[in-house]
Amino acid sequence: MASTDVIGAAQAQKKQGKGMSSKKKSRGPWLERYSALILAVVLLGAWQVLVPWSGLSEFVLPTPLAIAKRIVNELPLLASHAYVTLFEVVAGFAMAVLVGMPLALAIFYSRAFERAIYPILVALQTVPKVALAPLLVLYLGYGWAPKITLAFLISFFPIVISTVVGLQSLDKNLVNLVRSMGASEWQTFFKVRLPAALPNIFGGFKVAVSLAVIGAVIGEYVAAERGLGYLQLQANSLFDTTLNFATVVTISGLGVMLYFIIDTIEARFTYKRDAAK
Amino acid sequence: MSATTQMGAAVDISRLSKIYKTREDDDVLALDKIDLKIEPGSFVAVVGPSGCGKSTLLSLLAGLTPASTGSIAIDGDGVSKPHPKTGVVFQSDLLLYWRTVLDNILLPIEIKKLDVAKYRARAEELLAQVGLEGFGNKYPSELSGGMRQRVAICRALIQEPGLLLMDEPFGALDALTREQMIMDLQSMWLRLRNTVLFITHGIDEAVFLADRVLVMSPRPGRVDLDLKIDLPRPRQWSKTHEDKDYHGYVRQIRAIFEAKGILVAH
Repeated sequence: MASTDVIGAAQAQKKQGKGMSSKKKSRGPWLERYSALILAVVLLGAWQVLVPWSGLSEFVLPTPLAIAKRIVNELPLLASHAYVTLFEVVAGFAMAVLVGMPLALAIFYSRAFERAIYPILVALQTVPKVALAPLLVLYLGYGWAPKITLAFLISFFPIVISTVVGLQSLDKNLVNLVRSMGASEWQTFFKVRLPAALPNIFGGFKVAVSLAVIGAVIGEYVAAERGLGYLQLQANSLFDTTLNFATVVTISGLGVMLYFIIDTIEARFTYKRDAAK
Repeated sequence: MSATTQMGAAVDISRLSKIYKTREDDDVLALDKIDLKIEPGSFVAVVGPSGCGKSTLLSLLAGLTPASTGSIAIDGDGVSKPHPKTGVVFQSDLLLYWRTVLDNILLPIEIKKLDVAKYRARAEELLAQVGLEGFGNKYPSELSGGMRQRVAICRALIQEPGLLLMDEPFGALDALTREQMIMDLQSMWLRLRNTVLFITHGIDEAVFLADRVLVMSPRPGRVDLDLKIDLPRPRQWSKTHEDKDYHGYVRQIRAIFEAKGILVAH
């Protein structure tokens, strides 16, 4: 009879469900889990050992431990410059989001606008942003403005593209589904289009924020009185290679930190499609 | 259960045509002057090969596509946009993967801006009826294909639709799951007694489930045969499939497809 069939199937499926969730919890062996950490330690260890062995002076190539020691000792100096760069990156990135997202929506909803703006966007994207840095200094001076602008220009394109692609790649049947429930376009956007596009959008954010760091630092190379790029130039002119490396580590630390902030926000707002696999 | 009092909706289709404009001048006549009255609470299956216009018919009934000429009325209301009494189950489950099972089922309630908290118990009840008790907080990716389609059916039923439109709902499922789903759909419908329009290309499932089978053929989409299925309910898998009358109905439908060259007799 149908009713007993249902119960039987449900029990079978519940077992199957449990099987799936236990698979989710199981992880690989510890070597696989810590492989990245192990490789990093091995490489740094090799660096640490090979430098004195090869006879290179600290002036040419400092050891990882020397760099680490320097970072600890110069923490207040590094932090004061990192703070400036961080502000430029965040401001430029925020501008890119505030301009890029509405632009992406306009491109998505208007075919005519898409046709009009895309060639211009692509043309702008092919301009090397680094080449604009001296011009930006010329127009905007030595303060925050040219660095923020450069961070904005360099991070804006991936945000637009990833948002447009995310919105366009939606299964059309999902739109039909919510329309059949009587959804307005407003509801369709917030219930389906935006959530479905979020993984793409966050992917674009991650690329963009790493690029924004590059933009801000390049801006500081050209003309600045503060910031990690400026500090690096100072270290360079003083032949202080260890401080130079310490600054590089701080810059990449900044990028990694911002990346993980976005990653954390993404994890809170999205559910990964294949999380159970 | 509140759903036992659910009344099916009446469907009245008259002179309904749909022409798809193509980029070249050869327009496609997907539906050609269809006339169709569906009794409230009946289970109607539409069977036909790909491209016969059966999905177009469903899309028009769902209010997703405008008719070229003719009219559709659900309980007397002309359909020009999705009708609130209609629930749709599509071929793929179309569950939103970022929502839990329960939140997927409650999506129509959210969209209609009804009180979601009031429908939560109803959603749990529906889940229990399709054998998915306690699965409410799982995500679709944690479910098998058959389970996901059950959730999609629950989602269509949450608003207690007078008219349930099903577009090849079991087409993507394996044979065993499909058999189970057919049996479950029958028991569900016997409880609810709403009007069901079931689109399929499976002659066997159409005859097994329906009170009435409409056989369609392509270019232009027309109803070639309107067959009343007189088999006792509840139909049981083995017993019904061994029934002489069941085979008679299947043969009648096959004969149409063979005559049209859609099936080659062998």
